Amino acid sequence: MLRFLTQRRGRDRLDMTDWIAFGFLGLGVFLMLGPVLWLTLSSFKTEAALQEYPPKLLPLAPQFVEVEGFETALQRFQIVSGEHAGRELAQVRRVGLNAQMIDPANPDERLNVHINDREAVRAVQVETENYTGLFTRFNFLRYFWNSTFITVVATVLTVLFNSMAAFALAKYRFTGRNTVFLLIIATLMIPPTVTLVPLFLVVSQMGLINSPWAVIWPAIATPTGVFLLRQYMLTIPDDLLDAARMDNASEWRVYWKVVLPLSAPALAVLIIFSVMWRWNEFLWPLIVLNRSEVFTLQLALNSFQGELQTAWSSLLAMTVLTLLPITLVFAFLQKFITQGIAQSGVK
Amino acid sequence: MTALFRTLYEGAFNIFEKPMRMLQYSLGAHRMAWVFLLPNLLIFGLFTYLPILLNIWYSTTGGDRILLGDRDWVGGDNFATLFDCGSYLDPNSCRRDLFWRAVHNTGWFVVLQVGFMILLSLIAALILNRTIPLKGFFRAVFFYPVLLSPVVVALIWKWILQRNGVLNAGMDWAGMGTVNWLLDPSWAFFWIVFVSIWANMGFYVLILLAGLQAIPGDVYEAAEMDGTPAWRRLVRITLPLLTPTLLVVMVLSLIRAVQAFDEIYVLTGGGPGSATTLLIQYIYDVGFATRPRQFGLAAAASLVMAGVLLVLTLLQLAATRKRAEEG
Amino acid sequence: MAEVELRGIVKDYGAVRVVHGVDLTIEDGIFCVFVGPSGCGKSTLLRMIAGLEEISGGDLMIGGTRVNEQRAAERGLAMVFQTYALYPHMSVRQNLAFGLENIRMPKAEIAARVTEAARMLQLEPYLDRRPRALSGGQRQRVAIGRAVVREPKVFLFDEPLSNLDAELRVSMRGEIAGLHRRIGNTMIYVTHDQVEAMTMADKIVVLRDGRIEQAGAPIELYNRPANTFVAGFIGSPRMNFMPCTVTGRNETGITLQDAQGRVLQAAVDGRTVAEGEEVELGIRPEHLHPDPEGYPVTVENVEQLGGESYLYTRTETGIALTAHLSGQTTLARGSRTHLVIRPDFAHVFRKDTTALPRLRLGELENVM
Repeated sequence: MLRFLTQRRGRDRLDMTDWIAFGFLGLGVFLMLGPVLWLTLSSFKTEAALQEYPPKLLPLAPQFVEVEGFETALQRFQIVSGEHAGRELAQVRRVGLNAQMIDPANPDERLNVHINDREAVRAVQVETENYTGLFTRFNFLRYFWNSTFITVVATVLTVLFNSMAAFALAKYRFTGRNTVFLLIIATLMIPPTVTLVPLFLVVSQMGLINSPWAVIWPAIATPTGVFLLRQYMLTIPDDLLDAARMDNASEWRVYWKVVLPLSAPALAVLIIFSVMWRWNEFLWPLIVLNRSEVFTLQLALNSFQGELQTAWSSLLAMTVLTLLPITLVFAFLQKFITQGIAQSGVK
Repeated sequence: MTALFRTLYEGAFNIFEKPMRMLQYSLGAHRMAWVFLLPNLLIFGLFTYLPILLNIWYSTTGGDRILLGDRDWVGGDNFATLFDCGSYLDPNSCRRDLFWRAVHNTGWFVVLQVGFMILLSLIAALILNRTIPLKGFFRAVFFYPVLLSPVVVALIWKWILQRNGVLNAGMDWAGMGTVNWLLDPSWAFFWIVFVSIWANMGFYVLILLAGLQAIPGDVYEAAEMDGTPAWRRLVRITLPLLTPTLLVVMVLSLIRAVQAFDEIYVLTGGGPGSATTLLIQYIYDVGFATRPRQFGLAAAASLVMAGVLLVLTLLQLAATRKRAEEG
Repeated sequence: MAEVELRGIVKDYGAVRVVHGVDLTIEDGIFCVFVGPSGCGKSTLLRMIAGLEEISGGDLMIGGTRVNEQRAAERGLAMVFQTYALYPHMSVRQNLAFGLENIRMPKAEIAARVTEAARMLQLEPYLDRRPRALSGGQRQRVAIGRAVVREPKVFLFDEPLSNLDAELRVSMRGEIAGLHRRIGNTMIYVTHDQVEAMTMADKIVVLRDGRIEQAGAPIELYNRPANTFVAGFIGSPRMNFMPCTVTGRNETGITLQDAQGRVLQAAVDGRTVAEGEEVELGIRPEHLHPDPEGYPVTVENVEQLGGESYLYTRTETGIALTAHLSGQTTLARGSRTHLVIRPDFAHVFRKDTTALPRLRLGELENVM
């Protein structure tokens, strides 16, 4: 029974265990990707199609027709059975189990059709207005820019500061080094979630509330980053640094021109982490960013879903645009990211 | 693009080079270590160590003022309030019933989420460790949700679970009738566990897979030569050799589960009622979302949580060391 | 060009003293080799000269100036590292130029120096390659080139050949010696390989446990080792030792008796030993010859290399004697033979390991 979990090498033909394995994986793919695909498909539907129950898979929108003498457009139906089978009619109104319909070509004649005898006429209609509306009716670019600014600046500073500290800890021998290293690693035990209140005081006393720097400053020194980079820098031979010193390089030059370029693989991993952390961060920005013009995308999404009860069309489009950058990065750097995370064991 | 990066890199170097060289001449090369450490230490001091000290002050003072001087000393009152219960097993008997509700919810959440997530991750990792076609694709698919932001994750599922959503349509189609998933307390709790597993599982699959791949292949070959049956290979070879990794995964996921907030807050808002309110949300609600702000209670609750996390982190360090030793 | 002088140089790591007051003069333009077993302090000493390690005590003079407090780069030295320490992210050309760019040398001069060094070390075809794409020998030459372009007063080498295979090591040995002849700078070279020391050095400094055991010209160290350590360290296979007692002394040498009462002669100055004193007789394997008059031994192993042979033998008292014979031998394992110890090849060491001065050198007999 458990054989499929342990077998390591493939055989010539598929046996039971392979089918169970593929069944599990198939279900996994469906559960993991299905919701994202469903969201993406839905984001191209019109608001009317979104309100429809049961929902259709493709963005098929009900079709309407303008008929003389009616102020609003009437929905088109195909009559599939009963007296008028085969005709296409427009619905004026529905009364109980019956619908009052007319032929657009002959608007004066009212016809009564049982609702089970008719089927809505649909056409594939990709609603790009969901997306364009984000830019015209909502301040999407503003949020996007806020998120991008925080992510880029915080990542640059994270890489700079953490690699400097890692360099000092990996390549200098000085009294207090172990203490400092411990102090930095110990912050792993103090996630920001347990110091929310005093952190809020510190940040507000610095006058940073409602400024992107309120999110950036507390985030840029990370124990993970220092640890990751230090471990990597330990593998750079000291001879190389000594050679550079003999070559008349100042300590800063040794760091910038020799150690940093050689740490590129570890730096790349940290960059990816940092981008992910900052782009996705939610709780802390929620606390320190209260005005909508400084909202990050995540905050905008959240406030959006709270205040607009039914504006799913815009919300879905905005969600898709928020997950798009990370998805693109992942699509291109999939192997690199998974390897980096598996090796460093952090997220 | 590369040229631009190169120019920026050189430019940044030149900006810092001169002052750093001056510093080196005046301090001596061996003291440069402290210069390199300074920015990091300043930030840690200001945003981590100072707050942890202040937290103690907040937890022992009352009132809704944020400034330290404006706050009145109340001693252990905040803690007493949090822990004032008829029975710790029954949140309704507590003065701050919401706190104990959150503690209970968090406890259940941690047990269920971590338990099922590790089980599922282990199965997925064992399957992905086999020689199967499209391995990279499957691994990537399981990992993909890990990268999504919690808000996005919550909205994806909210869209599926809403009253007129695709899940209810499926239930209808199967003739089982619809459920208002997020407004039913038990179902809402089920879904926060489910969604949180969905969003985080890929990370643990990756770590476990790395652990499995570190097990040398010749061990299996030896077992095969011995005619060891498959289930015995799993129980007697794979799992024992994977134990250090499993320990790390377990403690890591525990630490993260205790701090769960983002996706749950967006998905259910802690509701219905307080059915899905976890610890962090309690702290957020008490300290920031409701007026008057009760910073003291929030800080006291934070310290309680910090204590739990401290124990878990020490466990993690022990587990990591064990893994490093066993190699 | 500069003389390097060490006066009472001391190195402490915390409470542990690893270099104990080294006094040494390295004359201008010579090739000086620090040799000794691992952990003897030779690399530490070199790194102190380089300025990479702080000097805990004593004075370091380069070209007559005290440089203890100067930074590595200010001392006008260049160093070749054991691991080459080439910057892996730079091309060969950038590797060579890096040090010159650091002192803001004009571009044209940098280019000229790099070209010159590349020509001298036959690196021209590889200038635009990364170190990764070079063979071990080429990397070694780049490392040397990086030192050459700096035109330093003194070259320092830290076991530069230990990462190369045997054949390449021999040819690089020649190249480094050739480089020294061409540019004539002072060079200080650290190795644990006494063959490298013997073949390249003008002056060998033998170190042990942070102290100088002996310093001098290679042949001088071979012929007149100051103590048992140097005697054992210089020469391969190592010198044979045999405990003896002094039984007589005169102006041509001393008479010794081994444990079995066999009498041996040694042409050494016996004025500082007393009759009856326990000493150690030393004889190099290449100075032992089969001879019916000699010392009876049993052959335990034979290595025939064609042009030369090694006999691993044991005396009746159980002392191992290795003999290095030129040409081939018919002696087989287990056979008995006699090895003669000639007085003018014998070394005698007192119990405190110091050598008695030799009166005659058998090694010089057939010198052409």
